[in-house]
Amino acid sequence: MLKVVTLKVFRFDPQIDEEPHFQEFDIPLRPRMTILDGLFYILEEQDPTLSFRFACREGVCGSCALFINGSYRLACQTQFANLQTKIVVVNPLPHLPLIKDLVVDMTPFFEKYELIMPYLKTLTAPPEREHLQSPTQRKKIKEVIDCILCGCCHSACPMTWTNKEYLGPAALTKAYRFVADSRDEASPERINIVNTEVGIWRCHTTFNCVEACPKMINPTASIQALKRRTVAHWFRLR
Amino acid sequence: MVYHQVLVIGGGLAGLRAAIEVRRKGLDVALLSQVYAIRSHSNAAQGGINASLANIEAGRDDNWMKHAYDTVKGSDFLADQDAVEIMAKEAPAAIFELEHWGTPFSRTGDGKIDQRPFGGTEFPRTCFAADKTGRAIMHTLFEQANGLGIKFYPERVMLLLVATDDMCHGIVALNIVTGKLESFGAGAVILATGGYGRVYARSTNSLINTGSGMAIAYYAGAGLEDMEFVQFHPTSLVGTNILMTEACRSEGGYLINNQGERFMKNYAPALMELAPRDIVARAIQIEIQEGRGFENDYVLLDLRHLGEECILERLPEIRLHAINFANVDPIREPIPVQPAQHYSMGGVDCNTDGETEMQGFFASGECACVSIHGANRLGGNSLLETVIFGRRAGAKAAEYVKRKEKASVQEDTLEQALVNMQHRIVALTEGGGGEDPAQIRRELGQTMTEKVGIFREMQQMQEAVNKIADLKVRYQRLRPINHNRIFNLDLVRAYELEKMLDIADIIARGALVREESRGSHYRTDCRARDDEQWLKHTIAHYTPEGPRFSYRKVEITQWEPEARKY
Repeated sequence: MLKVVTLKVFRFDPQIDEEPHFQEFDIPLRPRMTILDGLFYILEEQDPTLSFRFACREGVCGSCALFINGSYRLACQTQFANLQTKIVVVNPLPHLPLIKDLVVDMTPFFEKYELIMPYLKTLTAPPEREHLQSPTQRKKIKEVIDCILCGCCHSACPMTWTNKEYLGPAALTKAYRFVADSRDEASPERINIVNTEVGIWRCHTTFNCVEACPKMINPTASIQALKRRTVAHWFRLR
Repeated sequence: MVYHQVLVIGGGLAGLRAAIEVRRKGLDVALLSQVYAIRSHSNAAQGGINASLANIEAGRDDNWMKHAYDTVKGSDFLADQDAVEIMAKEAPAAIFELEHWGTPFSRTGDGKIDQRPFGGTEFPRTCFAADKTGRAIMHTLFEQANGLGIKFYPERVMLLLVATDDMCHGIVALNIVTGKLESFGAGAVILATGGYGRVYARSTNSLINTGSGMAIAYYAGAGLEDMEFVQFHPTSLVGTNILMTEACRSEGGYLINNQGERFMKNYAPALMELAPRDIVARAIQIEIQEGRGFENDYVLLDLRHLGEECILERLPEIRLHAINFANVDPIREPIPVQPAQHYSMGGVDCNTDGETEMQGFFASGECACVSIHGANRLGGNSLLETVIFGRRAGAKAAEYVKRKEKASVQEDTLEQALVNMQHRIVALTEGGGGEDPAQIRRELGQTMTEKVGIFREMQQMQEAVNKIADLKVRYQRLRPINHNRIFNLDLVRAYELEKMLDIADIIARGALVREESRGSHYRTDCRARDDEQWLKHTIAHYTPEGPRFSYRKVEITQWEPEARKY
């Protein structure tokens, strides 16, 4: 096992730098050390000016999504040992506005989320107790509720790179999460929102999102399912 | 200055639920959070949320009284029973509300919300979404908050609670992204900033859980209640101390020592692995101390006999955590686990409506102490607390603001506080010596884990108090802190450290004074519970010389203290 790894970190301070650059730090490895541990090592031992996001350190909060050695990953659940390279290159999420170092502005990402009516909507009065939902019905949303809104898929999608209006894989997967939920009664409304040129039809099934997702969700499948439902809905209207 | 009728600090479940309630009452509410609201530590809650729904056969005789009794007994009779009754009574409605809002609970064969047994309970009453219940509810409440158009201020660190004459006027915060200080005026402030896990070296908590919110309330005049009661979760992953939910054991997992023995039979023969957390944590610690652990550091949590199907369906994320962080697949190998700090029973002293001693200042969730957990919290009651008491605090804060004769915005007071804070930040960046804040933080964590941990003893706790005093002196001589404006982690962490030192001091001193063993507070030099002397809550108030302790009686409605056997 490697004893020391070089962490090559993307640096950019808008107050000082005209252009971003990389800075290399030597990290003495501990067993099972993660990239997030490495970033903290830099912050505490080598350079207190480094900026990055973190919270849960266990892959559930979505804060530390980064572009590491050419792949989308959560820094906290990526071990140096599993990357098996002497130099580990860490970039912020591409295609989102840069704030400083590894921190990007997530506003464009959350704006898309807000557009798809991201909440369960019912038209009938709720039952006295819970809605009944069979295990089979529940299974339909089992995968998509794992989304932690980390932004990896959004950042990885070539369609979001070229069209800033595109809702993107995360927001569309969230839309599908509600359309597929047996309790939601706003499918027609939601389908209207996604049935546009910057909605589901902008997805050209590149599958980058599938590869990027650290929670092993398949956003492309959700988008395709939305397309099928939209077409079915359209036939019903006729 | 920005003004909102109600300002919620903290974007976890308690904060979100409070904000939703305020909005539903028609008031203008904003939520300020150190991270994006969806990133808060509530995400990490795994096993479930309690309510006596009696949805499954084994729980059909369950009711709110039994839930309340289990909670009171679990608390080692330190919980206020009037508060526990409210929580247990309101629990089913709160769960149905979450379900109606879209929480994807796991289901029984006939489509009802499924329930699993949890530690220290008579019936299976823990509702769950696989092993991701906190996250499932978190996303639901975030979604509802979005639907209601609640205004969010993400990535702001509260630096100061502004209060005069025991009345709260708002806060001063640091905008992490711009580096600018901002003042927020508010008719009422609801604190929902969670626990202080990172005061301990070994903790299951998020890295952002420093207890700063509690400390800032304390400086402004709020009391901190029962801070010496610190929950240690029995099963955290060795190395990272990531939580391995109690549901592992409620689904049938075994705890095994190096003799291959299910050692819980020697500690809690009736409930075995499902005894309350304080008891299981102590048992594991004894096994390790007496040489029956592995590498003198851990025991094994064995899930293999549950089978692949059960693990993949009901504990999928536990499996991923074990694989990702310990290189162990629980389907094939047992998981190495050890106890770690997990939860703060104590917090800002408040009543069942979240009201504190300070007018216009409310508290809810883990940062608050109502008190429903007393000396030991039962698993599944913390998520419940956030939604029940978050809602109640929100409703009361809304009522308070509506009742206020006229909005007396103290703009000058807030602006002055901002200027003063600006000077303090500059002083911090200039430094006063060469002390490394990260080193102080590490030493603090080690001290707390070693000396104010699962087993406590006078000498050790005194050493901890002395050590913390020493660290506080060293904190006054910090190296210059980074003065860069944008996303300055060095500054945020140095600022938090001061709060962490004070929180640790209150925990250690409170524990030192309490000469008995009760729930999570276990003293090897006085092992018995002493109801005559100590059936009372500890309240700490700030003085420049250190915490001043006072005590208050426990509310007992129907359950007189009895011996706690499982």
